[in-house]
Amino acid sequence: MLRRPFFWIIALVVAAFVVLPLIGNNVELRESLALAAVYITLASNLNLMLGYAGYINFGSIVFFGLGGYICIWLVDAHHWPLAASLLAAGIGVSVLSLIFGFGILRLRGPFFALSTIGIVEGVQAFAENFKPWGGSSGIYISPEVFAPLGGPGPALWVIYFLFVAVMAASLYLSYGIKISKFGLGLLAIGQNEDAAAILGVPTPRYKALCYSASAFLPALAGGLYFFKGAFIQPTDAFDLTLSTEAIVICMLGGQGTVTGVALGAYLYEELRGYLLTSSTFSNFQLVIAGALLLVIVLFFPSGLMGFIYSRFPRLQKVLE
Amino acid sequence: MFGIIASIIDGVLVGLVYGLAAMGLTLIWGVMDVINLTHGTMIVAGMMGLYLLTGAFGMSPYFTLPPVLIGGFFVGVALYWIAVHRMMGRPPLMSLLSTFSVNLVLVGLGTAVWGTALFNVDVSLPGLTIDRYTFPGAHIVAAVLAAVIAALLYAFLHYTRLGKALRAVANNREAAELVGIPTTRLLAIAVGCGVALAGVSGMLIGTLFPFTILSGDGYQLKSFVVTVLGGFGNPVGALMGGVALGLLEGAVTPFVPVSWTLVIEFVLFVLVLIAFPGGVFASRRGAL
Amino acid sequence: MTALLELDRVTRRFGGLLAVNNLSFAMREGEILGLIGPNGAGKSTLFNLINGVFAPNAGRIVFAGVDITGERPFMVARHGIARTHQIVQPLTNMTVLDNCTVGACFGRENLPLHRATEAARAAAALVGLDDRLHLAALHLTIAGKKRLELARALAAQPKLLLLDEVLAGLNPTEIEHMIAVIRRIRDSGVTILIIEHLMQAIMSLSDRIVVLNYGEKLAEGAPAEVARDPQVIEAYLGDPKLAAELEGNDGNGGHGSAAHD
Repeated sequence: MLRRPFFWIIALVVAAFVVLPLIGNNVELRESLALAAVYITLASNLNLMLGYAGYINFGSIVFFGLGGYICIWLVDAHHWPLAASLLAAGIGVSVLSLIFGFGILRLRGPFFALSTIGIVEGVQAFAENFKPWGGSSGIYISPEVFAPLGGPGPALWVIYFLFVAVMAASLYLSYGIKISKFGLGLLAIGQNEDAAAILGVPTPRYKALCYSASAFLPALAGGLYFFKGAFIQPTDAFDLTLSTEAIVICMLGGQGTVTGVALGAYLYEELRGYLLTSSTFSNFQLVIAGALLLVIVLFFPSGLMGFIYSRFPRLQKVLE
Repeated sequence: MFGIIASIIDGVLVGLVYGLAAMGLTLIWGVMDVINLTHGTMIVAGMMGLYLLTGAFGMSPYFTLPPVLIGGFFVGVALYWIAVHRMMGRPPLMSLLSTFSVNLVLVGLGTAVWGTALFNVDVSLPGLTIDRYTFPGAHIVAAVLAAVIAALLYAFLHYTRLGKALRAVANNREAAELVGIPTTRLLAIAVGCGVALAGVSGMLIGTLFPFTILSGDGYQLKSFVVTVLGGFGNPVGALMGGVALGLLEGAVTPFVPVSWTLVIEFVLFVLVLIAFPGGVFASRRGAL
Repeated sequence: MTALLELDRVTRRFGGLLAVNNLSFAMREGEILGLIGPNGAGKSTLFNLINGVFAPNAGRIVFAGVDITGERPFMVARHGIARTHQIVQPLTNMTVLDNCTVGACFGRENLPLHRATEAARAAAALVGLDDRLHLAALHLTIAGKKRLELARALAAQPKLLLLDEVLAGLNPTEIEHMIAVIRRIRDSGVTILIIEHLMQAIMSLSDRIVVLNYGEKLAEGAPAEVARDPQVIEAYLGDPKLAAELEGNDGNGGHGSAAHD
């Protein structure tokens, strides 16, 4: 992998994320890049199911939210250090996803997609009634948890670099899978699942692995996100908006491509930032997202990368 | 004891309306293999139609049925041309995304205009009182209307030329085209009918329960559960599935907090699909 | 004879329709067995049963001594059985090379990616697709897609190859080329079970023929024997002219389809 140029392109992007906000202690840029990192993480991991295996996960937020809950709960109720809580959240959510997957991965296309929404509703209902997790009021963490990180100020920097690390891991994961045998099998499943099975692709196992792999890093991102906010509650943790935006980003950038997802996330975040600050459009965030998705699905199903590749086909050898 | 039976009977009444809603979903599914993710929002549109027409024009609630039905039809045809037409022949996940995106736009517009306000349309009718339990008059009327419309749909599909053409297209689109049926026009009509049914069922539900712009999700899930129970593309099955769901709800709601009802229905949805990938009363795929 | 593939009283029902009825036959390693019969006789269903797409309602399927009855398709592929489809099933947006690589990666050999790519190139070369390796499958002609179907199956280096009407829709030149390829495949040690409607082709390719009618075995034997069998002639060949064709008596190449029911 190290010999391929794309590996270094990703490294360059990650380096930019690390270095740029440090210049002049640019906190505003840092926050904006942190959000971009979250979007890239969510969209890249969603891409594994959507772009590679061809399964739409409408409810990918559940990994983010559950990761947040597990991490916060461990930090707050059991006083675990952040790193261990994050790791436990990631592993816990991956294991849970295997259990969910066992039930829903045998459903085809649209039914799988619909049941992912149901999972979110189910988990949200659970969180709202689960007393150790604060029920519908959620959990507040006390500021002391930021002390081991050097206090609230430095903690934000630590958290930021962790966000970047998770983003980098997501980009490398989706790239690594794409060029591997596992990835080839997933792509075959995405093209024609029945033919893939007849060709010998072990479809149940691959789908389960893919689904579970797509859960791990978003869970970490969720843990970081809610730890940073020092507060988590069911309606925020399981808000379908974020997973919907991840789908829009994937389609915008070009599903199944690594570059496209990163580009799409960046573009979308810019668009969203503009919408939120513009007084005319701030209520219309989802409307714009929906309209954008519709236009992409109708007229540009291969997204931005599809458009770029059709103009510059040789880029396909370098980018993924 | 009678309380539970009464609850179940009441559930069946409401279930008939759910069945009607599901018929809208399953009609579109059966004719063109498209799962309409705006279904829930179209139900809400019917509710809003009821609310606005009774409020703005002082119409009597049940007289809003014809305008909602006709309006729903035209909205459905528009939906076909906007989001579905170009998706014919593409992978089914694409039509899922296209109807999903239209739904986002509609919900976004709806919440922008009306927020999450709770709407209630007062329909007070004398109920039927047996023993200590009163069956609300609105429930009875809604159930009767739902059954009548369902019967009309069945008659339409089986005894009119247009209906038969629709079933032909559902069965084998290419063959239907070859015998001279204008399939595109019929696909648009099918979506029109599907949305009209969703709208009307929304109007009826509006006479029963309060609602917000966001209520669509719950009713959409119920429609999916009913469709799975009744068989995809099977309108009669949808009605029966609706009754079954209503029955289940009636039996369960006295004992379980309301927020868990949807979760139970979702689990049911997944379990039934795992056991019966074609739905419980599975008719032959592509048949109506 | 140690059979490579053995079907023992295999039966498959779809609702009221008995698609395959109590079918038994065996295949020797290295032979080409032709499967003929009218449309609807159960030939493709039989392939689906061997492949694992459906499980039989009754009977057993034994491959290389292992009972594979009811195994899932990807497990059957691991045993070393590959197939082509009557209606081609390319992995549409993937390249020719990638299509074949999938076959090589997940077939019997279960190769790692770089070695699979080489096996894929070899298979593509065998069918004549090596000039189009980086073309997306959707841009191929129907003949190209048929070749891809075959190359992909070959890339898995199967012991048994199921060919389902691989000649349908091809022009005479392409047919000739494909027949030569099939012979070369057999010569490389692959056992072949072939469904074909092109009588002359299948009769000349096959070592033995099995005739199916309404899901049952009507006849089994050498091509010449089967062609003379009165039951076969009545059920399938019908037309005496066609029967004469098989004995090589008619002038032209004879590539009409058999009678449709």
